[in-house]
Amino acid sequence: MATVLSRGGAPLGWRRKNSGSSQERASVLWAIVAWIVGLVAFFPVLYMFLTGFKTEGAAVTLPPRLIFWPTFENYQEVFGINFVPYFRNSIITSLVSTLLVMILAVPCAYALALRRPKKWKDVLFFFISTRFMPAAGVIVPLYVIFSPTGDPQLLGRGLNLLGTLQGLIILYTAMNLPIAIWMLRSFFEEIPKDVLDAARIDGAGLFREMTQIVLPMVVPGLVATIFIAIIFAWNEFFFAFNLAPKESTVPMFMVRFVTAEGLFWAKLAASCTMAVLPIVLLGWLPQGQLVRGLSMGAVK
Amino acid sequence: MAIAQSSSQPLKRTHQAPTTRRQLTDQQVGRLLVMPALIFAILVTQAPFILTIWYSLQRWNLNRPERRAFVGIDNYVYLLTQDASTRAAVANTVVFVVGAVVASMALGLLYAELVNRRFPGRGIVRTLLITPFLIMPAAAALTWKNQMLNPNYGVVDWVIDVIFPGNPGPSWLEGLPMVSVIAVVVWRWAPFMMLILLAGMQSISEEVREAARVDGATGWREFRDITLPHLYRFMQLGGLLGTVFIVQEIDPIFMMTQGGPGDATTTLPYRVYELARQSFDVGRGAALGVIVVLMSIVVITLLVRLLDRMLEI
Repeated sequence: MATVLSRGGAPLGWRRKNSGSSQERASVLWAIVAWIVGLVAFFPVLYMFLTGFKTEGAAVTLPPRLIFWPTFENYQEVFGINFVPYFRNSIITSLVSTLLVMILAVPCAYALALRRPKKWKDVLFFFISTRFMPAAGVIVPLYVIFSPTGDPQLLGRGLNLLGTLQGLIILYTAMNLPIAIWMLRSFFEEIPKDVLDAARIDGAGLFREMTQIVLPMVVPGLVATIFIAIIFAWNEFFFAFNLAPKESTVPMFMVRFVTAEGLFWAKLAASCTMAVLPIVLLGWLPQGQLVRGLSMGAVK
Repeated sequence: MAIAQSSSQPLKRTHQAPTTRRQLTDQQVGRLLVMPALIFAILVTQAPFILTIWYSLQRWNLNRPERRAFVGIDNYVYLLTQDASTRAAVANTVVFVVGAVVASMALGLLYAELVNRRFPGRGIVRTLLITPFLIMPAAAALTWKNQMLNPNYGVVDWVIDVIFPGNPGPSWLEGLPMVSVIAVVVWRWAPFMMLILLAGMQSISEEVREAARVDGATGWREFRDITLPHLYRFMQLGGLLGTVFIVQEIDPIFMMTQGGPGDATTTLPYRVYELARQSFDVGRGAALGVIVVLMSIVVITLLVRLLDRMLEI
């Protein structure tokens, strides 16, 4: 059946004559199946969004109601507790860590792509291996180092970073740095070498070459890298929960609505929606770049 | 910065400048530019890991700091021979990672096949399919736990009841905890697999497909003989990347089951968390962290080799 479906290319002449209408029918069927699968996959997100506008009673009513009279009481209550610090903290940690990532990653990726030092390949693979190493391997000493007392045998005192944004910013920077370097490197490598040679012959120094030639040519890549770093920093839960649980980021705000018996689903759904909405909107823009980042530039 | 000035010479002289000197300065500039990021990464990721190894050789519980002592490999011996939770965690981790990677690959392949053809609203369907990957993992886990899989008010059980009336669904988190956790992880990671496989599918030339169709290949045979072999490398990449990312997925376990019931969903990274943060056992937590890293190195090595080949640098 699927043979008659054209994949964009024009079907062959003899085939078009014979099976024009069945091809259209199959195409419609394909579209219906694809739409159903898409909507089923999306349903939990939609349901979470809708539940935020239901009363607590309606939130646990089955069959699930998709059309109802919306209420804003959950959002009023969620707004009632002070949510601003959590969002401010998330924005600060996401943006500052992303800024640090870019400051460190842009020169590094540029060098690894266009002015290769010795053993540049080892450096590249070292970065990637830090991202692949499970966090379990470092979480114990991090907790010790970050605590106020620290390791008495090591320094005598800790860095006292528990419960601070600085600690999270450092970790998120380290978390996103390898992805940013690999992703940026793949963009830098696409710059035609002639352009760079011409600039160097014209006497452009490193700084001018960077700011006036290289960076303007990779603006889409820079933007995509920034988006991806922000997404991962914003969504990060485990370090935030373990190392800065009290005055912390948006995921901690959400957890406040988790009660033992889960009787406040509507408010929880409202807070979840608030937590995920900025990132979903941000992530819809660079869809294709997402995979480029996570596959370290191997898939373009 | 001053090193780069050597290239700011008149056109005529650049040609005569010895190429070795030019390459050397380029390398030096490169090294300077790489250093800040390299030093940062070493400080934040390697230094703590060396400490992990050091702590793993000590008896050190934060509740009883006065008993701290160097004990050699005692922690490892204890974890691997006497700690039932850790032994359960080894098996659980294999089930969790293999199950989640295989299922998200299969689902991702379906997604990719669906949106690789033209139909009205293809872009919208693609966006709908990608969205789960953008959802904060903690929020995704909460939504699934409460609204999808709850035994009383969950949508999934309601759907099962509509299709098979009078047949109460399983109580997911109690009865099928590992399946439930894997389901949520698959829901989030299938879009990632889709993106990788879609990139692979779109790199198959249209001529090859047309040729196969002229030869009378049916849809299934075209998929099996052309699409799948071409996708092999992309599937390898997805599988290895999925493994290293999914093994670290701890939010759904934390949010949905807390490793339970019993040890049913305790994976190795979650067990590290339990030891270090709930039992305050720095020594054993660190030892298990080292074990997790050692186990991951096999996958990481394979992945790095594959990336090396794919990039053809």
